[in-house]
Amino acid sequence: MLEKNVTLSFRGCVQGAALCIPLSPGIIALGMVFGTVAAQKGLTFLEAVLINSLVFAGASQFVAMEVYNDPITWTTLIVMVGVTAAVNMRMLLIGASLRPWLGQVPSRQTYPSLLFLTDLNWILALAQYDKGNRDWGVFLGSGLFTWAVWSLSVIPGYFAGGLISDPKIFGLDVILPAFFVAMLVPLWRGKRQTVSWLVAGIVAGVTWWLVGGYWSIFTGAIAGAFAGAYLDD
Amino acid sequence: MTDGAFSADGMFLLTVTCMALVTYALRAGGYWAMGRLPITPRVRRGLEALPGAIIVSTVLPIVLKGGITVGLCLVVAAAAQVFLRKEYVTVFCAAAAAAAMRQAAGLS
Repeated sequence: MLEKNVTLSFRGCVQGAALCIPLSPGIIALGMVFGTVAAQKGLTFLEAVLINSLVFAGASQFVAMEVYNDPITWTTLIVMVGVTAAVNMRMLLIGASLRPWLGQVPSRQTYPSLLFLTDLNWILALAQYDKGNRDWGVFLGSGLFTWAVWSLSVIPGYFAGGLISDPKIFGLDVILPAFFVAMLVPLWRGKRQTVSWLVAGIVAGVTWWLVGGYWSIFTGAIAGAFAGAYLDD
Repeated sequence: MTDGAFSADGMFLLTVTCMALVTYALRAGGYWAMGRLPITPRVRRGLEALPGAIIVSTVLPIVLKGGITVGLCLVVAAAAQVFLRKEYVTVFCAAAAAAAMRQAAGLS
């Protein structure tokens, strides 16, 4: 399990950033929509930039804006933080799956780099890891690039709400889910994946149907992981 | 906008700080916990199954919410990935399929 050839190089960071370029339209569109929503909700420009860059977790920001009310009371604060935690619960699992790789790197490097952990750079990096790449610059570079693009895209969205009136017309909303599907294809090896994904899909579907929201990611992923762990080839 | 663009409400700053802290705790927490857990073959297989299970559980509700159009686009994406094996071609095909289908639905 222990691998000694884990490295971090500038080239790896650049490679990670380059891998994000085809996904930028999806990130920019989502960031701009967030800027527009923030402006409509009455956030000042500084507030919109701060929440967007510091939280850096798209879905949870949108849900938090749904429950935002001006002025913020203690109740609003608790609800906003609570929904953020619920939506981002999946990060626990995403982070856990990076352990075999980043566990070889000194903690003073990994813990700061986890600030930039998103679904996007996580799956990009894992795909590289699967191909035998051990340069974790791919993870860091793609994380930093995504953060920079995300942070900047809120600005035009905030000031020109109608710039992309409806991202759906251009199909921008399917870029990220399509990317996830693309990443799923090379992960398939055989029966173990089929069963694990089926279990994940059924549990996620039932959870979504019963409680809705983002809990289905959590329950489905845990069920799928257990199925994978207890299924012997 | 009654306040200046570069002002920020104190309570808002506190909320954002708490949101950021909670999110970082989740980003780092799972990674941290895995370092405290002995990685047995069973745990390792569970970790290996995790990425695929997370993706399936993330995408499925998107399809359930997005309906037939989104579902078809993701079928296009899967097919493109299986045959062409290029992620950027895949996302382009899916976006183009979505744009075309919505255009067609709008015209009819």
